Amino acid sequence: MANNTHQESKNLVGWIDARFPLSSTLKAHVTEYYAPKNFNFWYFFGALATLILVIQILTGIFLTMNYKPEASLAFASVEYIMRDVSWGRLIRYMHSTGASMFFVVIYLHMFRGLMYGSYKTPRELIWLFGVGIFLVLMGEAFFGYLLPWGQMSYWGAQVIINLFTSIPFIGPDISLWLRGDYTVSDATLNRFFAFHVIALPLVLLGLVVAHLIALHEVGSNNPDGVEIKKNKDPKTHIPLDGIPFHPYYTIKDLMGVSVFLLVFSAIIFFAPEMGGYFLEANNFIPADPLKTPAHIAPVWYFTPYYSILRAVPPILNSQFPGVAAMGLSVVSFAFLPWLDRSPVKSIRYRGNLYKKWLAAFVVSFLILGYLGTEPSNVWGQFSVNTPLFGGADRATVVARIFSVVYFSFFAFMPWYTKRDKTKPVPERVTG
Amino acid sequence: MANQEVDQSKRKFLIAATSVAGGVAAAAVAVPFVTSMLPSERAKAAGAPVEADISKIESGSMITVEWRGKPVWIVNRNQAMLDALSKHDDKLSDPKLAVTSQQPDYCANPARSIKPNIMVLVGICTHLGCSPSPKLQTGGDMGAEWVGGFFCPCHGSRFDLAGRVFNGSPAPINLVVPPHKYISDAILLIGADDKGVA
Repeated sequence: MANNTHQESKNLVGWIDARFPLSSTLKAHVTEYYAPKNFNFWYFFGALATLILVIQILTGIFLTMNYKPEASLAFASVEYIMRDVSWGRLIRYMHSTGASMFFVVIYLHMFRGLMYGSYKTPRELIWLFGVGIFLVLMGEAFFGYLLPWGQMSYWGAQVIINLFTSIPFIGPDISLWLRGDYTVSDATLNRFFAFHVIALPLVLLGLVVAHLIALHEVGSNNPDGVEIKKNKDPKTHIPLDGIPFHPYYTIKDLMGVSVFLLVFSAIIFFAPEMGGYFLEANNFIPADPLKTPAHIAPVWYFTPYYSILRAVPPILNSQFPGVAAMGLSVVSFAFLPWLDRSPVKSIRYRGNLYKKWLAAFVVSFLILGYLGTEPSNVWGQFSVNTPLFGGADRATVVARIFSVVYFSFFAFMPWYTKRDKTKPVPERVTG
Repeated sequence: MANQEVDQSKRKFLIAATSVAGGVAAAAVAVPFVTSMLPSERAKAAGAPVEADISKIESGSMITVEWRGKPVWIVNRNQAMLDALSKHDDKLSDPKLAVTSQQPDYCANPARSIKPNIMVLVGICTHLGCSPSPKLQTGGDMGAEWVGGFFCPCHGSRFDLAGRVFNGSPAPINLVVPPHKYISDAILLIGADDKGVA
């Protein structure tokens, strides 16, 4: 403290430091935050997710300047942004492409966690905040998708809100309350706008801050899964395998940001709709409550869960089991820290059993994701004479098999991680 | 004061009492906010019953009217269609109308209607809320086995001309018959019956 008072007379920073922890905060989180020196490619995606969050907030602010959250005006106002507002087309495509890229980056970020056991002790809370961020992000994407008030907006919201109807007893009332009307209508659009632009972004920012505070409290994991705080310099108490986040990782992330922006710009300039995967063709038709498009599918980042929803058959005249399975498929990630019984963190020192299960999970995720974008009769039907599957849609049977694999990855994790033959973990990181 | 011993049980009681009172107040304040998200008075008024003129529907065809923003189908079934209804019970999920919430009591009959020929259905699939396409005639692009009914383009659910769901459809239950009553032979009121407004 004495030091601070001394500086006060000297410069502005000193004056601020006596009143607000500016220098000490910067030190703790940037210049003297020691991250493991062996970060690799997979460690770009946290920083990139932050960048996209900033892009989404900025472009979102400018979109709200011209968007009208009213059922009779919404579609036209989006077209107005696209055609008449100066550079409106660019800002809108940045926002819509940003949404998809957010999920690309988050899925890679989560996969990094799975590979290197980043959710294991002492990082359970970092992981839980992360799962929270993922859920809020899904909410943001869902609410945002209604706003252009196109056919896919409308019928997508209709289908998702109807999922709640299947909850026993209270379902229909919950749906009515969510919509604020007997169908998806102006009331629904207005509240989705409120959720999308104010409620969820506030929650999201709070969770991101909590995610980072928890991370900086326990320190980053790394590809070796070695705790660098175990080996500190006896004099300086700096981890021997740690390097300051700034300038080392700010420079590294800057390089990642450059490559990301290359890809991001290329998509915005040359393929903003990404062949119907980022923005669906049906959404360029205004919402029509009396006519469902011939094929409706969610945007790609929701399709693995949507596939699981479709794969579960109705049980006892209720589709609730499918809805519950879909919910569980998303929430399952939250249980990972307690399902994984392996003594090691990183995939580098795990046995083949975990590697095979992780591979099976990734393959299931991708196949379910693909099937969710297609109608369930995309691969035709088994011939009526096939034993067991006679007459069933091929794609539905495949989706059922991979749904089972998807859940098995979580359900059997306590067993196979414990049984797996692990290799000895080195004392220090391996570079 | 400082020398007095702290009465821990008194302190605990006061903390608990304050928390409970605060919690009750918070819950009470939440009520108007949560309730504000229910359908407004205007939305409820717009959900009022609608009248439909059924005198112009030719035998074997249908019209669509809008009630509460949803499509409502009124099908004037001909005799052949009515005769066919009883012949495929074995292919239906719920031929006996066991799920009673899907039709009012006065339509819990084999034709699911008040007058046998006039079928009134909410044109929203019981799977996830898409609107099925009418395929009233037999055969056609639905295959030689098709007995006439409705086909949902979203996930392939199939319904017969009484809105009953066929086995193997993703939709778990029959289409909804909304409350309705005849004001005269030609005018049908949808959304209200003798028991009141839905």
